Amino acid sequence: MIFITLFLEFAGLSFMAFGGATALLPELHRVTVDHHHWLDDATFTHLYAIAQAAPGPNVLVATLIGWEVAGLGGALAATLGLCLPMSVLIYGLVNHWERYSGQRWQQAIRLGVAPLAVGLVLSGATLIAQAADFHGGAWAIVLVTVVLNLRYPALHPLWLMAAGAVVGLSGGL
Amino acid sequence: MNTAHQNIPPSATEPAPTLTALFWGFSSIGLSGFGGVLPFARRLLVEKRRWMTGEEFNAQLGLCQFLPGPNVVNLAVIVGKRYQGLRGGLVAPLGLLAGPVLIVLVLARLYDHYGAWPQVQSLLRGLAAVGCGLLFAMAWRMALAIPQKRVFWPFTVFTVSAIALLRWPLPGVMAAGLLVSGGVAYWTLGRK
Repeated sequence: MIFITLFLEFAGLSFMAFGGATALLPELHRVTVDHHHWLDDATFTHLYAIAQAAPGPNVLVATLIGWEVAGLGGALAATLGLCLPMSVLIYGLVNHWERYSGQRWQQAIRLGVAPLAVGLVLSGATLIAQAADFHGGAWAIVLVTVVLNLRYPALHPLWLMAAGAVVGLSGGL
Repeated sequence: MNTAHQNIPPSATEPAPTLTALFWGFSSIGLSGFGGVLPFARRLLVEKRRWMTGEEFNAQLGLCQFLPGPNVVNLAVIVGKRYQGLRGGLVAPLGLLAGPVLIVLVLARLYDHYGAWPQVQSLLRGLAAVGCGLLFAMAWRMALAIPQKRVFWPFTVFTVSAIALLRWPLPGVMAAGLLVSGGVAYWTLGRK
């Protein structure tokens, strides 16, 4: 059953999603494109682009992947798979959290996981660039986006995305 | 439950929101953010609706960010449970996700119909390039926020080498990385 496979794959991934769904991009690609051959490189980057341009949390990239693999049931299975395990865990943990918060091991995990999360987001960025096979024009957009986003944090990313879409449509990439 | 809300100073939290309020509150959070909705969650929960104070928000968010998984969904579960128990814990994340999932499914159907058009492919390519740039910028910001960079940045290099270059599977990389990086962190915390 494809739905169960999807649910289990995404549920397994959720335990490694330090830094949210964004940090999972490389592994999502490995599982869905390289391992199961559910999608090709182009579709994967297209789905990522659509998830970026739509409102909502980053989990939606899983919804889209699920949809492409197995329609509505797939979309629900993937989304639930990514959200459910940690939701259940956090539901049970939240009342005991105060007791552990601030302890040395807890601070150590938080401190130790941060550089790994940065590495995962960086890997996700390079993966998108590789899978989409970026050349001159696309890299220029990447660079301009980085500079503008860091220089002007108040500038809404939607403007950048609109500009990127227009440049893309004009055929410059 | 505190019902005497007329005596509460403006900085305190309002009475417990109903299930309907939770659903629509989190719907508006989910629909207002692009590529991450956490800042919008804070604005609505703390500033607009006053369901929790800033300190409470930070403490709860701490748990959400400590655990893996989608942070905002976890936050919705916590806030929902706090005010309406199990039903709240179900309804709040449902509200958060229902609208965005519907929108994304409409977009997915459009993609299935028109995705092969060259114009659509060019447009998505432009979007992907911007998305990629936003990820690089986000990584840079996260990297700058790390304390003791000379100690911890090497673990970022390790992760990128293992995942992006060598294409190793994530579970092993995370387990090994967390063990060493967390161990180093534990040790540096003890030296203070």
